Amino acid sequence: MTVVSIKQVRTGEDLSEIVVQKTIHEPVAAEKPVVSEVKSKLINVKAGLEFFVKRILPPILGLMLFVMLWELIAQRSENLPGPIKTWASAVELFSDPFYDNGPNDKGIGWNILNSLERVGMGFGLAALIGIPLGFMIGRFAFFSGMASPIISLLRPVSPLAWLPIGLLVFKEAQPAAIWVIFISSIWPMIINTAVGVSKVPQDYMNVARVLNLSEWKIFTKILFPAVLPYMMTGVRLAIGVAWLVIVAAEMLTGGVGIGFWVWDEWNNLNVEHIIIAIFVVGIIGLLLEQALLLVAKRFEY
Amino acid sequence: MNKYVQVEKVQMAFETKKGKFVALKDVDLGIDQGEFISIIGHSGCGKSTLLNLVAGLIDATGGALFCAGREIAGPGPDRAVVFQNHSLLPWLTCFDNVYLAVERVFGRKEDKANLKKRTKEALELVGLGHAMYKLPHEISGGMKQRVGIARALSMQPKVLLLDEPFGALDALTRAHLQDELMRIVAALGSTAIMVTHDVDEAVLLSDRIVMMTNGPAATIGEVLEVNLPRPRDRLALAEDARYVHLRGEVLQFLYARHKKEAA
Repeated sequence: MTVVSIKQVRTGEDLSEIVVQKTIHEPVAAEKPVVSEVKSKLINVKAGLEFFVKRILPPILGLMLFVMLWELIAQRSENLPGPIKTWASAVELFSDPFYDNGPNDKGIGWNILNSLERVGMGFGLAALIGIPLGFMIGRFAFFSGMASPIISLLRPVSPLAWLPIGLLVFKEAQPAAIWVIFISSIWPMIINTAVGVSKVPQDYMNVARVLNLSEWKIFTKILFPAVLPYMMTGVRLAIGVAWLVIVAAEMLTGGVGIGFWVWDEWNNLNVEHIIIAIFVVGIIGLLLEQALLLVAKRFEY
Repeated sequence: MNKYVQVEKVQMAFETKKGKFVALKDVDLGIDQGEFISIIGHSGCGKSTLLNLVAGLIDATGGALFCAGREIAGPGPDRAVVFQNHSLLPWLTCFDNVYLAVERVFGRKEDKANLKKRTKEALELVGLGHAMYKLPHEISGGMKQRVGIARALSMQPKVLLLDEPFGALDALTRAHLQDELMRIVAALGSTAIMVTHDVDEAVLLSDRIVMMTNGPAATIGEVLEVNLPRPRDRLALAEDARYVHLRGEVLQFLYARHKKEAA
């Protein structure tokens, strides 16, 4: 029953948003004659309604259905906690995200930050090596010939298959996890950058040839700006993969991190926390993606 | 015999899936310094190929090309190209687009202030002093082509190569730019080769019109001397009997003797 009330509050919020929109439009309409004022008000209401039906209603309905389905399944299952129980647990969990009771018991905030740090390291190294490599492969056919068999061979390998090699070489969990992130997120950046270079319009390259530009000038004035949008797509895909892989990698390597935390809570049979972790991973992945989309938009010509 | 630009027995063949395709065969042409040459022909006659050969963007499969006594081996700023679709770099302002060329050609000998002065002068020459710091997408098609011309001229090339420079512009803008180009080329005494399929443009601008036969294995059909006095005025010429006659000659060549079968 309380679930329903939560939903009502949410839809109530959205309605209030629309009301606010209407009041914003009103002062403009007030200067016009009465008839057109009524008319424009009607149009505003209509536009607001259309916006609500097309944009706001579907995701809310979808989420509502999802939560209801979850509740239904939870009621029939002994172990799966329902949305309300999970929500309560989440409120408690996030009330103190940065506590520290020794290495195996830290707040969710620390776990998230540690995971982000590993992803940042692995992904950063991959970008540092993958993007220049992509440029070389795209620019010089010889490099492309050298690299493409290796890329085709290694790219389809499951990220976790690289973990034993990492553990063997680095003899420690932390660098091994970073290594897995590195190796699994490097491919989209190499490939997208290389494709971007090969897609640089021939007209621009002809300009470079007529001007006899140096390789450095070609890179800074033509290749880099032309490839940037492709590169950003590669970066976006790579960070998606990196965040996808981190949970699995940490489950196996341990330490502080959202993946290990999931495993730890599984051992404690604290299923609410596992569900919370799933949501947290999803939301952070979404935020990373959106942030990079915003950055990518800045580089469109 | 040795002209400023010399094209000798040039042949150009491309390897295609269906085998060898001969685009140009036995092309001979000599151009004097300061001459304005138009190459005209139906589409597919290899006129752009011939221009690209002089530019050095492609290598001839037979014969030889010379510019100022040296064999043409690869592209270079001494043979600046004005591309049909302007080919400005969209992330650089008009100024930076031209500056890139100026810096390449004069960067070793001159300081930055001089390079900037040259860039500014080139843009002012084509009447774009006011739009120097705009990006290409902020200006009209005609203005973009002006920047393209400014970029080519700023390099002080031995030969100016124009590949259907006004083909993508509307008729009014085209006429305006043709007049501008005529004025600039006369003032600088440039040697120029222009590919076109516009008969009026060819007669108005050229000292000689090179008329190409249809491909495959296209070659130069006839060369028409345009002995109209300069400066030329398009309004006066429209009524001029010599102009009408020359125009008729080109049309005769294109549509009576070398009519292209409907493709």
